[in-house]
Amino acid sequence: MTTPALHVNDLRKTYGNGVEALKGISLTVQPGDFFALLGPNGAGKSTLIGILSSLVNATSGDAEVFGVSIHRNRSEAMRLIGLVPQEINFNQFEKPFDICVNQAGFYGIGRAEAAVRAEKYLKELRLWDKAHHQARMLSGGMKRRLMIARAMMNEPKLLILDEPTAGVDIEIRRSMWQFVSGINAAGTTVILTTHYLEEAEQLCRNIAIIDQGRIVQNTSMKSLLATLDVETFVLDVAALPPAMPNLPGVTLRTLDDHTIEAEMSRSHDLNSLFAALSAHGVTVTSMRNKANRLEELFVRLVEHGRENAA
Amino acid sequence: MSASTNLVALGTIVRREIARIMRIWTQTLIPPAITMTLYFVIFGKLIGSRIGEMHGFTYMQYIVPGLVMMSIITNSYGNISSSFFGAKFGRFVEEMLVSPMPNWVILLGYVTGAVTRGVIVGALVLVIALFFTDLHVAHPVTTFLSVVLGATVFSLAGFVNAVFAKKFDDIALVPTFVLTPLTYLGGVFYSVDLLGEPWRSISLVNPILYMVNAFRFGVLGVSDVPIVTAFVVMIVFVVGLSAVALRLLSRGVGLRS
Repeated sequence: MTTPALHVNDLRKTYGNGVEALKGISLTVQPGDFFALLGPNGAGKSTLIGILSSLVNATSGDAEVFGVSIHRNRSEAMRLIGLVPQEINFNQFEKPFDICVNQAGFYGIGRAEAAVRAEKYLKELRLWDKAHHQARMLSGGMKRRLMIARAMMNEPKLLILDEPTAGVDIEIRRSMWQFVSGINAAGTTVILTTHYLEEAEQLCRNIAIIDQGRIVQNTSMKSLLATLDVETFVLDVAALPPAMPNLPGVTLRTLDDHTIEAEMSRSHDLNSLFAALSAHGVTVTSMRNKANRLEELFVRLVEHGRENAA
Repeated sequence: MSASTNLVALGTIVRREIARIMRIWTQTLIPPAITMTLYFVIFGKLIGSRIGEMHGFTYMQYIVPGLVMMSIITNSYGNISSSFFGAKFGRFVEEMLVSPMPNWVILLGYVTGAVTRGVIVGALVLVIALFFTDLHVAHPVTTFLSVVLGATVFSLAGFVNAVFAKKFDDIALVPTFVLTPLTYLGGVFYSVDLLGEPWRSISLVNPILYMVNAFRFGVLGVSDVPIVTAFVVMIVFVVGLSAVALRLLSRGVGLRS
């Protein structure tokens, strides 16, 4: 049996002010996985990541990284992890090259090897031309990429990315995902938290949704998306009909003079919708999904969990 | 981590600390040199010439070891408290906390950086002093050991201060209200033998008195306190403060939630 990349067992955290951030989290991430850890703000994602990277002390429970306990053998477990935190946390007066080389030094990697790795990862993340400028001069996107380069200095087997693309423009975001997908393809296990759910849907194979300190869903992305039974389409039309067609299984709503929203079962065919609209003299000029599928599921699961808890 | 990887990690922290001292040399090296030059001019030359001899030395010669030790103490303390608190404040202390590095390496790295600044500033002040008076080191080994131990004691104290500090004001409080009064009352400018009771006995509970006198014994060969007692006091403080600092790091006080 393969040793999981991460095995979290009944992890609990209660802060000094009494806030119970984690209420017994258990999950397993397999080696080589690209795993999404999603949840609303304050759900406990960052606390969980903080415990895994030893920045937060757990109240109880344990976690193993490739079979190594983060409590019993912290040093060995940390050697296997690379962390890209949510907040910028490097010395802004240092240079990216020095930040990377120093980070390698903290892991006991000699300066010669560290310099080679720093050049490699700064080049791959398109930061080499800024390598010897003060880090405070970098743009927001560059700072985020620098934190990825820094996290790669110990060439971790498990890379944890805590909202790495927050506030980053689409082009840089794509280049970041290209890099992370590349290292995942090369064998590094990746855990990602993000609020851009379309990113998680496109990149991740497995997913856990956490809310109010509990896992509310933990499955494969494919299985989760398959549970979505309703889809909503937004139709741009040339003009609205005098009266909306009445089509069983489809709810039609008018958004404005040229837009109709159609909510329908996934099993329902689109041909009958178009036929009904056509029969009422409606010309559809374009059509799109209203929301990301994962986003719909995410909202439902979180809301459902809260209703049950209430 | 193995001994060799710990050594690499330690070297990384020390190198980074020294790079910081050199990067902001106008804040770390120049101000103490200017302050001490003023002390030499005012207390040594202008006022000292009217005071006469102390323990067989001119007043200028007598205060030089005290002022050098004062520079070493305040700069060691200031270096580690501002550097480690800065790392906490800027959150880049997390770079070390997420690494496999043991706590003692973090502590030793920062202390070594702070001692280095203390020694550099002490050497600068000593060189400046040579423009005002002649000095011959009486006991080089004692001089060296008193510098290293004195700087280590206050580096450790500065580290503990930085761990507890929540804002920059907190790292200025101790130097202002504790360190400076203790230094001025620690026999830098006078021999405690000149004090009457109870002030002489009260002065003997001031740890800085022992550091200043250990260094003065090393340079001039005279001391107000037994030299063995001075070294025992410094060693006790090093051991005690190291234990406190390591305990704080292990519990993650002020560092881990």
